[in-house]
Amino acid sequence: MINIAAESSNPLIPPVGEIIIGFIAFGVLAFVVMKFVAPQFEKAFVARRDAIEGGMERAEAMQAEAKASLEQYRAQLAEARNEAAQIRDTARAEGQQILEELRAQAQEESARIVARGEEQLAASRQQVVNELRGQIGTMAVQLAGRVVGESLEDDARRRGTVDRFLDELGSMSASTSGAPAGTPSGSTGGSTGATAYTPGAPA
Amino acid sequence: MTSSAIALGNVLAVESDSGDTGFQAPGLGEFFPEAIARFSLLGIDFEITRITLILWVATLAMTAFLYFSSRKASIVPGRLQFAGESGYSLVRDGIARDVVGPKGVPFAPFLASLFFFILANNFMAIVPLAQISPMSKFAFPVVLAIICYVLYIYVGIREQGAAKYFKDIFFLPGVPGYMYVLVTPIEVLQNFVVRPVTLAIRLFANMFAGHMLLVVFSLGAVYLFQVGNFSAVFGPISALMAIVMTFFELLVIILQAYVFTVLMGTYLNASLEAEH
Repeated sequence: MINIAAESSNPLIPPVGEIIIGFIAFGVLAFVVMKFVAPQFEKAFVARRDAIEGGMERAEAMQAEAKASLEQYRAQLAEARNEAAQIRDTARAEGQQILEELRAQAQEESARIVARGEEQLAASRQQVVNELRGQIGTMAVQLAGRVVGESLEDDARRRGTVDRFLDELGSMSASTSGAPAGTPSGSTGGSTGATAYTPGAPA
Repeated sequence: MTSSAIALGNVLAVESDSGDTGFQAPGLGEFFPEAIARFSLLGIDFEITRITLILWVATLAMTAFLYFSSRKASIVPGRLQFAGESGYSLVRDGIARDVVGPKGVPFAPFLASLFFFILANNFMAIVPLAQISPMSKFAFPVVLAIICYVLYIYVGIREQGAAKYFKDIFFLPGVPGYMYVLVTPIEVLQNFVVRPVTLAIRLFANMFAGHMLLVVFSLGAVYLFQVGNFSAVFGPISALMAIVMTFFELLVIILQAYVFTVLMGTYLNASLEAEH
C-alpha cells in the first residue's frame, strides 16, 4: 500500500555519493562568491563610502566657506555702517562749521557794511556841515549886511560873529536832540535858523 | 509526519467506495526518485536523480545571478546589482559584522555563500516542476554542517591556539570547580556534537516536512476531486491549504537559510572571541 522505496532507504543515512556532489555544488558557488562576487561588492561599498565621505567633506568645506563669506560680509557691513555713521557725523560737524563760518562772515559783512555806512554818513555829514557852514556864513553876512546896511566886510569880525553864532546853534541842537544833527532843522533851532537862512528872504 | 499521512491515506481509503483505488499517501519514495544515471567512481556509487539535477539548477542559477549582479558593481547600483547587493549586505552587515563581530567581515563571503546556497536550494521547494528542495535530502544539509563544523573549530584553534581553545571548552572559565561535573559534558557535547547535528537536522527537517505537507495537500485535493462522491466538497479546502502552505513554505525557505547562517555566525563569534 505504501511505497516500496521507503523500505530500502532511510532518509537520515545519506549516501556518500550525494555528500560528495553536495560538496562540489557548494564549492562551485562558494568559489564564485569568494573569487568574484564578494570582492566586487566590497569594492562597490568602498567606492560608495568614499563617494559619500567625499561628498560630505565637500559639503562641509562649502559650508565653512559660506560661513566665512557670511562673516566677512557681516564685518564689511558693520564697517560700512560705521563708516557711514562717521561720514554723517563729519558732515554734520562740517555743516555746523560752515554755518558758523557763514554766520560769522555775514555778521562781519553786515558789521562792515554798517561801519562803512556810518563812515560815509559821518563823512557826508561833515561835508554838508562844512559846506553849510561856509554858505550859511556867507549868506548870513550878506543878509546881515543888507539888514544893517553897513558893511561887515571886515573879515576878522565877521568870522568871529558867524562862528560864534553857529557854535551856539550847534550846542543848542546837540543839547535838545542828542543825535548828530547834520542840518539845523530842529524845532528850537528852527526859529533862529529861519531867520538865519530863510530861502525866501534873500533875493 | 509520514505516519499521519499514512493514517490519512488509510482513512480515506477505507471511506472511499472504490476500495482498491484508495488514496495513495505520499511517502518517503518522494525523496528517492528513480535514478537518471548511475555510475561508480573510485568505489563510490553516484546516483544522478531528479533532485541532483534540481540541486545543480539551483546552484548554478544562484551562482550566475550573483556573478552577473556583481560583475559591473558600481556606486549607483542597477536593478540586478541592487538585488544581489541587498542579499550580500544582509549577510555581510547583519551577520558577519553584527553577529560574528568586528573580526567577522572576512567571513562575509563564506557566510554569503552559505546563505545563498541554502536559499537557492530551499527555493526549489516551491518552484513549479521542481517542487522539491535538495535540502530535504539529508546529504546536503550534512555537507553544509560538516563544512561549518570544520570551519568554526579551525577558526577557534587559529585565533585562540589549540590548547586554550580546547581548555576553554573542557573547563569553561569563570565556573566554580565542582560545577565542571555538570558543565563540561554539556559544553563538550554542545561544541562537538549538538551544534553540527542540529544545524543539519533543522534545515533538513524543515524542508522535508514542508515538502510532505505540500504534497499531501496537493495530492489530497486531486484525489478528493477525483473520488466522485461527497468528498469532492473538501477538494477546494485541500487545494486552498496547498496554496496557503506554499506561502508558508516561502517563509520557511527564507527563514531557514537565514537561521542557518546566523547560527554559523554565532559559532564563529564564539571561536573568534576568547571569552564566552
